[in-house]
Amino acid sequence: MSAHSQPQPLGGVVFTRPVQILTGFAALAFVLIAWRFLVGLGASTALNDGYPWGLWIAFDVVTGTALGCGGYAVALLVYVLNRGRFHPLVRPAMVTSAFGYSIAGLSVVIDVGRPWLAWKLPLFWHWNLNSVLLEVALCIMTYTVVLWIELSPAFLERAQTSTIPVIRRIGDTFLPVIRRILPWFIALGILLPTMHQSALGSLLLLSGPRLHPLWNTALLPLLFLISCVAMGYGAVVIEGALSSLFLGRKPETEMLAGLGRTVFPLLAVYLGLRLLDLVVRGQLAALFAFNLHSVMSLLELGLFTAAMLLLASDSQRHDLGNLFRAAMVLVVAGALYRFDVFLVAFRPGAHWSYFPNVTEILITAGLVAGEMAGYIVLVKVFPILAGQPRPATAH
Amino acid sequence: MGLSRREALKAMVVASGATLATTLGSERQADGALVAAPPDAVGMLYDATVCTGCKACMVACNRANDLPPDTTGSDGRWQMPVDLNQYTKNIIKLYQSPDRTEHSFIKRQCMHCVDPACAAACMLGALQKREYGIVTYDADYCIGCRYCEMACPFNVIKFEWAKAMPKMVKCELCNHRIAEGKGPACCEVCPTGAVIYGKRADLLAEAHRRLAAHPDRYVPKVYGEHEAGGTQVLYLAHIDFAKLGLPDYGDRPIPETVREVQHTVYKGFVAPVALYGLLAAVVLRNRKKDERAEAEEDRP
Repeated sequence: MSAHSQPQPLGGVVFTRPVQILTGFAALAFVLIAWRFLVGLGASTALNDGYPWGLWIAFDVVTGTALGCGGYAVALLVYVLNRGRFHPLVRPAMVTSAFGYSIAGLSVVIDVGRPWLAWKLPLFWHWNLNSVLLEVALCIMTYTVVLWIELSPAFLERAQTSTIPVIRRIGDTFLPVIRRILPWFIALGILLPTMHQSALGSLLLLSGPRLHPLWNTALLPLLFLISCVAMGYGAVVIEGALSSLFLGRKPETEMLAGLGRTVFPLLAVYLGLRLLDLVVRGQLAALFAFNLHSVMSLLELGLFTAAMLLLASDSQRHDLGNLFRAAMVLVVAGALYRFDVFLVAFRPGAHWSYFPNVTEILITAGLVAGEMAGYIVLVKVFPILAGQPRPATAH
Repeated sequence: MGLSRREALKAMVVASGATLATTLGSERQADGALVAAPPDAVGMLYDATVCTGCKACMVACNRANDLPPDTTGSDGRWQMPVDLNQYTKNIIKLYQSPDRTEHSFIKRQCMHCVDPACAAACMLGALQKREYGIVTYDADYCIGCRYCEMACPFNVIKFEWAKAMPKMVKCELCNHRIAEGKGPACCEVCPTGAVIYGKRADLLAEAHRRLAAHPDRYVPKVYGEHEAGGTQVLYLAHIDFAKLGLPDYGDRPIPETVREVQHTVYKGFVAPVALYGLLAAVVLRNRKKDERAEAEEDRP
């Protein structure tokens, strides 16, 4: 067999207390979602005609899919740059991505006003090819399907070990087929995020005049793309560290340190481009105006810089605690950048304001809780995680 | 070997350079505009110096468009919206300077942009410029994403927040009445002629005639002639337009930047297809190499 250790189901009790609590939050979210459809968006959210997009778009969709770029970022490393040693990270990253994107898709259905017409999106003769949002919508829908296809070997491998003959036969029949056609989906799984993650940045170019000049640049798509790859690696590091902490796995420090090494130049390029862009567009003075927009920008740049400095040396990267902190800072920096572009930089006029209400927050939190519960259940039942359990002495 | 990190970075830098380069040069029409108004374009001319703020146009608009009067601001007693909203496609607002020395009424409704950002945003073309250049709304192809609200530089299009099955709401220049040979209801009822309906070219000529006849009365500009690529609703006023809620957006159409970025990256869909082919080739080759390496490992 190859040098990669094979992924195995973790086994053990599935519906532990934490999973039950997380499921409870998710259930509450679904009750609130039902209420939202009953009473409409005005009564259930703080959204308004000045800020038609709020928490669900800025967090669930824009930030959520960027955090869900772990699968994309690791696939780039393993399948394109051919760094095979990172292979064990692929499946867990794909699981997080699949959940992240599925929840983004669900959030869009909750957020749009007329979801019963969403079936018309694939009617290509109605497509407005100038609409960036159309590109985002189609790409994200397709990519979500691609992610679950990329993950399907994990389910089919599990099916092969089933005690029920029919399920075993399904596994035996389809696994070789999927394995053969998988490279075509892997390539699609790299192309699609490249397109829609950059397009998420292009979305706000249309709000141009009402977007604060600190963020209003034609480089938005590129900045979104670079930062989403960095955030993807950050998410994989966090997920790796947490599963070693809570699921009793031996931490893959060597591999995660390798990711830290990859993130460093990405952050350097991102920060370089941001600063260069501000200089070229003559906005450096605005950066140091110390009003709301300047402070938010400085905070973002500071967080990105901090993440980069935490990953500067080899010894820093091999310290799992430090690596985890760097990844957290990086993810917060990327999230803040997205919130700033979609909510803070967007200025519809002085008499408009927006802050998410309890319903919006509880629905978002519930969906995230559901995602976490789903992850735990999946890694226990299906072969997702490779590597070894932590030695018993570690307790 | 796959793409090296350096090559990948180089490709990114080249792509961004190309993006920047194209944002600099765009072809212009003979009159300097980036996009020309359609030849049959109609519109309105609102002269703030003539408006008395009677709001008859607001009542007429609601009646012509089957909208209930918005009475939330007056405890249900009379129509008193504070802004355009789901019940209000047309509004007269009052601007007063803080020291109360200058004031002006201002009528707001859809500007019917020559190159509308809302239509560029709209996924399935529910918002489109149709006959006479009127920006129309077709709910049958609207998913309610509200990207049009994010895009409209004039904060015009609104969403029916109070409804569980909402639509978007915006002035469509009474195109149902135009089909009957009438003009917009607001223009029909205006007692002072502050807002008039006609062909955009005629209205533009009339606006310039007024500017030339009474240079002392106006800010020397027809707002909408060039702003944001030009609009089919035109404005004359005696107070800085920005104070009246009509900011100076320059003469570039709002969708221009994003169109350039998108058209550069996605021209003929060549780049995505080529990238897909390249990625598939690299993934397949890497996998073959892996399989060969594994076969060699397995050999005794």
